[in-house]
Amino acid sequence: MIPAGFDYHAPATIGEATALLSRLGEDAKVLSGGQSLIPLLKLRLASPRHLVDINRIPGLAYVKEADGALRIGALAREVDLDESEVVRGRYPLLADATRVIADPLVRNLATVAGNLAHGDPANDHPAVMLALGAEVTATGPTGERRIPVGSFFKGPFETALKPDELLTEIRVPAPAPRSGGAYMKLERKVGDFATAAVAAQVTLAADGTVAVVGIALTNVGLTPIKAEKAEASLRGKQPDEATIKEAAQLAADAARPEADLRGSVEYKKDVIRVLTARALRKAIERAGGGK
Amino acid sequence: MNVQVTINGEKLSADVEPRLLLVHLIREVFRLTGTHIGCDTTHCGACTVLLDGRPVKSCTMFAVQVHHRDIQTVEGLEQNGALHPLQEGFIAEHGLQCGYCTPGMLMTTKAFLAKHPSPSEDEIRWAISGNLCRCTGYVNIVKAVQHAAAKLRAAAPAGGAR
Repeated sequence: MIPAGFDYHAPATIGEATALLSRLGEDAKVLSGGQSLIPLLKLRLASPRHLVDINRIPGLAYVKEADGALRIGALAREVDLDESEVVRGRYPLLADATRVIADPLVRNLATVAGNLAHGDPANDHPAVMLALGAEVTATGPTGERRIPVGSFFKGPFETALKPDELLTEIRVPAPAPRSGGAYMKLERKVGDFATAAVAAQVTLAADGTVAVVGIALTNVGLTPIKAEKAEASLRGKQPDEATIKEAAQLAADAARPEADLRGSVEYKKDVIRVLTARALRKAIERAGGGK
Repeated sequence: MNVQVTINGEKLSADVEPRLLLVHLIREVFRLTGTHIGCDTTHCGACTVLLDGRPVKSCTMFAVQVHHRDIQTVEGLEQNGALHPLQEGFIAEHGLQCGYCTPGMLMTTKAFLAKHPSPSEDEIRWAISGNLCRCTGYVNIVKAVQHAAAKLRAAAPAGGAR
């Protein structure tokens, strides 16, 4: 399959890239890892007249902790998350998620920022970043702005990014003591999108009750869904089995899946119920809490 | 656009359309047809090549993106008439039947063994989870990789893989 023709631009700086995007407007798409975009171009589901390849902009491939946050640069690949000691040690929800995205070959090119900027509710990082309370930095011709991930996803393949903005960084708040997270994904085979998946992040108080909790759902709605009622049901409580079960049911109630080849509406909601309970148990265990 | 790229140690260049895929540059412009096109949809891994040492699907990159970078294809495995231990392993353990997926399997596992000289079966299966084989059921592919790993360890006790 051959994509439609396009003009190729390879800016050397963020400034050059945003100037190009500003000039080219809606006719341009940003090429980072390309693992979602290039298949769409080959199927001609998208035919932009210009591609702005940001891969040659130096200094954007970092994953590091600084100023109380994990900072993920625009060109950090999934493999960079997987191989990061700080991610493996302190951000288990991210470490879980990166290993179930696509397959190892795709993960050598696919970027974390692209997984968000693409705006696909079937992607995994959107729910992960919602559960973690992350924010993204959008850089345009006139400067930067920070956008909480909670207001980033506007609809399927639609984000808060303007046509002349690049998603230049993701910031994940550094975990407080007694924090843990987990990502649970059901997929038919390696490389498939999730039938459904659940991201959970918890911080326990000194007495073992739930102080902070984030729960978000993948591929069961037009955008990733934050299961706010499920979160509220857990706050301030001992996370015992009855409490987890109640939260899991509330998460299932928040899911808005559509029936497709991966399953019926009822099935997917029940998968969310089961995966929420599993993700919460694992997150609590990793936070050093209950049995 | 002009693309200059090192493939299997040789510096090559070509004038290409931006929309030319890397796999077509390799197969049709440079006539290195060992790299296969299987699904053409980023699923099967038959087109896997090493980009600066990392396995990637060459059907899901543009040729212009590899300007000034290093590519290894299956043609580069044999050195001075001697097969690579992975190629020997695939022969000895019957790691292929039709052979269509084999170039991708070889390139993926070459990069994998360079980082994991003593892998478990689970680790091997993990590494090749982006490479599909419709013939073997993977059992003999896993054995072939174990065969090569043992041979590479014996050849380089310091742990380096060629």
